[in-house]
Amino acid sequence: MSDAPANARAQILDGIRRSLRRGDISGPARQAVDDRLARPPRGPTISRTALAPPEKVALFCHWAEANNATIARVAAADVASEVASFLVRSNLPAEVAMAPSPQLADYDWDGQKMLTIRRGRGEAGDQVSITGAFAAIAETGTLVMASGPEHPVTLNLLPDTHIVVLRERDIVGGYEDVWTLLRQRYGKDRMPRTVNTITGPSRTGDIEQAMELGAHGPRRMHIVVVQE
Amino acid sequence: MIFVAAILAAVSHTPPRPSTRPRRIALFVTCLVDLFRPSVGFAAVKLLEGAGCTVEVPPLQVCCGQPAYNSGDRATTRAIATQVIAAFDGYDAVVAPSGSCAGMLSHHYPGLFDDDPAMKARAENLAGRSYELMAFLVDVMGIETIEARYDGSVTYHDSCSGLRELGVKDQPRRLLQSVDGLALREMKSPEVCCGFGGTFCVKYPEISNAMVGEKSADVAASGADTLVAGDLGCLMNMAGKLQREGSAIQVRHVAEVLAGMGGLPAIGEPDDAASARRDQG
Amino acid sequence: MESTSRHFRQNVGTALADPNLQDSLTKLKVGFSERRRQAADRLPEFEALRDRARDIKNHTLANLDFYLEEFERKVVALGGHVHWAPTAADARRIIADLCKSAGARTVAKSKSMVAEEIALNEHLEDIGIEPIETDLGEYIIQLRREPPSHIIAPAVHLTKDQVADTFLEHHHRLGFTKRLTERNDLVAEARYVLRQKFVDADVGLTGANFLVAETGSSMLVTNEGNADLSNTLPRMHIVLASIEKVIPTLEDAAVLLRVLARSATGQESSAYTTLNTGPKRAGDLDGPEHYHVVLLDNGRSNVLGTEMQEILRCIRCGACMNHCPVYGAIGGHAYGWVYPGPLGAVLTPQLIGVEDAGNLPNASTFCGRCESVCPVRIPLPKLMRHWREREFERHLTPTPVRQGLALWSFVARRPRLYRRLAGLANRVLALFGRAEGRYRGLPFASGWTRFRDFPAPPTGGTFHAQWSRRRP
Repeated sequence: MSDAPANARAQILDGIRRSLRRGDISGPARQAVDDRLARPPRGPTISRTALAPPEKVALFCHWAEANNATIARVAAADVASEVASFLVRSNLPAEVAMAPSPQLADYDWDGQKMLTIRRGRGEAGDQVSITGAFAAIAETGTLVMASGPEHPVTLNLLPDTHIVVLRERDIVGGYEDVWTLLRQRYGKDRMPRTVNTITGPSRTGDIEQAMELGAHGPRRMHIVVVQE
Repeated sequence: MIFVAAILAAVSHTPPRPSTRPRRIALFVTCLVDLFRPSVGFAAVKLLEGAGCTVEVPPLQVCCGQPAYNSGDRATTRAIATQVIAAFDGYDAVVAPSGSCAGMLSHHYPGLFDDDPAMKARAENLAGRSYELMAFLVDVMGIETIEARYDGSVTYHDSCSGLRELGVKDQPRRLLQSVDGLALREMKSPEVCCGFGGTFCVKYPEISNAMVGEKSADVAASGADTLVAGDLGCLMNMAGKLQREGSAIQVRHVAEVLAGMGGLPAIGEPDDAASARRDQG
Repeated sequence: MESTSRHFRQNVGTALADPNLQDSLTKLKVGFSERRRQAADRLPEFEALRDRARDIKNHTLANLDFYLEEFERKVVALGGHVHWAPTAADARRIIADLCKSAGARTVAKSKSMVAEEIALNEHLEDIGIEPIETDLGEYIIQLRREPPSHIIAPAVHLTKDQVADTFLEHHHRLGFTKRLTERNDLVAEARYVLRQKFVDADVGLTGANFLVAETGSSMLVTNEGNADLSNTLPRMHIVLASIEKVIPTLEDAAVLLRVLARSATGQESSAYTTLNTGPKRAGDLDGPEHYHVVLLDNGRSNVLGTEMQEILRCIRCGACMNHCPVYGAIGGHAYGWVYPGPLGAVLTPQLIGVEDAGNLPNASTFCGRCESVCPVRIPLPKLMRHWREREFERHLTPTPVRQGLALWSFVARRPRLYRRLAGLANRVLALFGRAEGRYRGLPFASGWTRFRDFPAPPTGGTFHAQWSRRRP
């Protein structure tokens, strides 16, 4: 099971049982914890997320902007041109690293002649990345990124500017809805290697408690919400 | 003697007000009030009688036991608690002009007797009828206004136990606002501890001094000419600091202000200061 | 980390005399508490979430062995490794061996209080491995060779100017020769310097805010993204976490996340919350090849089942220290070890012994503000009082305090004697103090009168004396 010497493992687990004045959990108590894992109970319902889909989109945009992301809401046909225009508006280079995702492939990148796109993982010198998102959380304006061959984690972290193409249908209410989607996609016990939930650009309050953007991750986050 | 005269004057001028809820109340004087500021006890009596209560002062009371409790001496605490439980047996309610002492009776006594069901039951019984004075007047007796006069601006400090253990926050402010001539001025952080903490203030005097120094700055910045609170320990600490700094801010127990005893020398003031103020006024 | 908790009183003196520290603390006291209050007010379910968070942690602690085994099973099933470390020395040895097996010269570290607890950096340096702190605050104090003064804001005791001096001193040889004056420039310079170190590091070491038993995931919450770089770029990712970090399910994590950021910084959500589960998968273009979790006990299993158990609910948000007036006066270093503030006052005696840390649970007014903001409702004053009881039982309470208490208790248990002595004290204090209204010095209360006047009682006797005269 474990790489540590068996006695270290037993020492800790037996110590816990001794302190709790019981042996292994068994019988009905064991059944209860097994059940709790199999059917995880939810915490208190968060009233602000009990919304119809259009309001969920609005709530997501509100909190993402409150957390220093910028937002553009466009039709699918205009995604690529919005990205190009954002780069021009922000004085950013037109070379981008893009997630090798079939979902992103559908947009009209070829129509933006000045864009140079490299598909693959992020590298330390990257200025701009473009990724999709597995889901987004309206409650806090949070993007959810699931790692895999189609979405390298480095694209979320290394570039100075992170552009995220988010479909309206992928915006859910709270964390619990994301867990449900993850279980549907990956199986109850099989998470992707990395799930990044990201709320706005990287920041730090470590000098005199004043929030400064761009600590280690991206300094800018631009979210292109695809209207449907 | 100015104290005794003023207290007697204040007390004797109040005819007991008829009430639909007469009660037999025991006053828990608290050791600090007994020793350092008896007028607070008489103010409490006046306010309770004004609310229609019959007030008695059980003679065998001393201290609630906090000095021992907070020093980790559980055996002594239990002995003192047993004494207090006996002294206050049989009264409808036990009222203290202190959130700290009332909190001790109502929140901490039962836990002292986890291994003694009979005593625990008695402790819980006492806990269920123990109150801080302001909370008792407003929440139990339904008092909304007070007939008293105090010419001055007042800032109110929330003492920790009253605020966090007993929820004393709005009650004293509501009553103070009904006092003629009194203007309430909130300080910026009325809920932050003044640094008294019982034995803390002499065990860690430097930390306590830093805390009370910050409090006195907050009090001064409020622009009020009077500081009031509901616990004498905090009041003596804050008064001592303000006076050491040369401040003229008067420090008084909230019960004194509400009971019309605002003419007494403030805490730590010489008698002639009050006379001079009266002569000016 | 070497403890200086036994020198608490000297530490306090140093802290109170440090103007930079006092400046920084002034900012901390208003900043954190105001932001937390606003965040709590924005969420109507906040109090219900705190109840639930408490219940989740209580449930987990009552079944801790089960959830740890479940967590281990899931980690192993996905190709990760779990190491059990009963003591700090065990954890240091395990991590050193892992680093050696990876041929590591440098380790990119993301802020971990447990790593501070086991003094990991000193140990790695001793065996020739360079630990690189990547959280900005930790990086600053690592350059200054100082311990953290706060569990979520390690450099909160420093001013911007101090950081500027430190950067100039250490970055000079990297070609940064200009002393910076703006915060954003300081952040940018640290970002530039550390970026290459991330790329070069052989091992990434992080802590964990939570370990999710259901999925075998470690969960990390940061604002900077440094933990994410630490667990993505190097070939090996080591998670160092204490055993009470495990929680049952992702749903439980959702509840705890909602109270964590709001209690800590007043944010609705921290910028990065990341779940890592095992090493990189087939087809992945990035991620570590090796994933190890080191589970540290270091005395925690002994706390279970005792009156101190509730401290194990702690989720390390720092709200207790942000709201503590004692912490606000003296800062974190005075506490002398890894965990300052009310949390440290309860946990430090447990982890390094009450003989060394005895002052910590005593240096509190029991104002209760920590308990009133704790997201998992730990009754911190009650636990501090339990330490005082243990000290009293073991005769560790200072002799003058014990003697004073014994004398006071002798009198307090004899009401008639007490009454006579109180009457005498009242008369003496009134007699000599009434003219001025107060004392500027009192021989038996110099702790008080060093800083404050002592109000004299009025003449006329104690309350009880006056009461018995008035109403015989």
